[in-house]
Amino acid sequence: MNRSISKPAATGVKKALLVVALLAGAFYAGFPVVWMVASSFKSNMEIFAYPPRLIGESFSPGAYAAVVTSPEKVRFFINSYLVSILVTLCTLVVGILAGYSFSRYQFRFKKPLNMLIISVQAVPPITLLIPYFGLIVTLQLFNTYAALVLTYMVFTLPYAILMMTGYFNTLPRELDEAVMIDGGSSLVALWRVLAPISLPGIVATGIYTFMQAWNEFLFALTLTKTMDMRTVPVGIQMLMGQHSYEWNEMMAMSVLGSLPVLILFLFFQRYFIAGMTAGSVKG
Amino acid sequence: MFCCGKEAAKQQCFAASSKMAKNHTMQKITKKLVPFAYLSPTLLLLAVLSLIPIGMVFYYSLMDNVIMNKNPVFVGIANYVEIVRDDVFQQAISNTLFFTVVSVIFHLILGLSFALLLNTKLLGPLTKALFRVVYVLPWVFTATIIAVLWRLMLNPNGVINYILISAGLAAEQIEWLSSRQLALPTVTFINIWAGYPFYMVSLLAGLQGIAGELYEAGTIDGANERQLFRFITIPQLKPIIISLAMLDFIWTMHQFTLIWMTTGGGPIRTTEMLSTFTYKLAFSSYQFSMASTSAFVILILSMIVALFYVRNQKASDE
Repeated sequence: MNRSISKPAATGVKKALLVVALLAGAFYAGFPVVWMVASSFKSNMEIFAYPPRLIGESFSPGAYAAVVTSPEKVRFFINSYLVSILVTLCTLVVGILAGYSFSRYQFRFKKPLNMLIISVQAVPPITLLIPYFGLIVTLQLFNTYAALVLTYMVFTLPYAILMMTGYFNTLPRELDEAVMIDGGSSLVALWRVLAPISLPGIVATGIYTFMQAWNEFLFALTLTKTMDMRTVPVGIQMLMGQHSYEWNEMMAMSVLGSLPVLILFLFFQRYFIAGMTAGSVKG
Repeated sequence: MFCCGKEAAKQQCFAASSKMAKNHTMQKITKKLVPFAYLSPTLLLLAVLSLIPIGMVFYYSLMDNVIMNKNPVFVGIANYVEIVRDDVFQQAISNTLFFTVVSVIFHLILGLSFALLLNTKLLGPLTKALFRVVYVLPWVFTATIIAVLWRLMLNPNGVINYILISAGLAAEQIEWLSSRQLALPTVTFINIWAGYPFYMVSLLAGLQGIAGELYEAGTIDGANERQLFRFITIPQLKPIIISLAMLDFIWTMHQFTLIWMTTGGGPIRTTEMLSTFTYKLAFSSYQFSMASTSAFVILILSMIVALFYVRNQKASDE
């Protein structure tokens, strides 16, 4: 009897503690983000006003207007989108082909090649940067989109291959064998049959690749030179280097620069989380 | 073969069958080449943009000063000897080690705690989904943006100092990023904030993958919650935790952007990492050979960790 009364009370206490802990965590995780958004609506004069307020007297979308109407800053966004989309498409095509090979064929050097691809993920970007500088200049790709797309792929491709191999491994071989019995080639089997069913895996890989490309900083900083080739992360750094800090504009640009990834994540989080755990971090 | 009779026919027949055999071997060879054909774009890209550059870095590290010097001279391991004796390099190693180890430990603690909180059965799915989105937020920001945001908040006149002073936790404005004592812990703190969601998301998926029967069996055997956690949850998550920690160790060791954008390695080298040290050697002082030497050392250190990672992956595959 006693037990049946105290049990709901105990769960009540537990639930209250849980909610307190969750709220504390949410404050830790979310407050900086709230502050970023709040600051983007302030005037630059009011950024360090004392006492600080979440919504200042000068509340206005002026900083956003300034970013959107500046051709130089809009160009950062165009560059980032272009490079990230190109990297994503190229990585997916090359990664799907390689994943298919690893999943469906037995061949010499399969294990060492697989090992090589895994270990490329651990190569420090700074190690490659020094020779890249000379290499990209020699290939006459300095300050071009091609330089960024190709160098980013070194870091996006291994993950994409591992993800796609893992995904194809879960699909029965009978699927492609059926196509080949009907006289189709392995390429037909891949594009007409396997790729369409693998869409969730492809979407997850694509989003992860896009995020990596969107966030890249070091190569973009070093392998481009002119303002019209800069991407958003480098653009923000350029703004910081200028004589006066336009904090509100930097925050507005940060919000705008984070929206693509946030939207992708919110819409595809189910695919994304499932794909991530299946592909990269095997349990 | 099925042909016989006249000599001429026999010969013709032999020719035909050898042709068929040739065709057959040709087919066999093409069949063997198919997987490599699929792999060819990958192999080409990785050869040109990863194996050759690594070879170049190693070559540079053995020369006196490449790129700046038109006729570089082979100096053997002299650069390695010099760099190991360099005070700044030694400090960069110890800073990187502190930054990486502390980050990985706190990423794991926060990631696991938040995953456990979000895995509760006491709250509805909608509430949990809402909290999950908030908790994942730091992940959607790129390192440049995280750096700018925290510089704003940690500014001596910024909101963090205001909160601390108002709450009586600080007596005066603290110079978080420009104090020699505080800069390293502060950038580590920022990196912890930026990195725990990766663990949380993976561990949450891992928690949801643990079979409910295990907990039921444990409860029947009379285990309390702490014991269930200790003897079921942790062992079940262990492979994921090890993978995450190793990947994170490698990535945190390579972290450049966050440091570059918050402190740039200062004040007075107190936050100098291997990555910023190498970058400065190459692109501020144009000592490309010394930079290559440092870059090659980072590569070796990373490969050692990666080796453990691959071993662990193999063990969990089998």
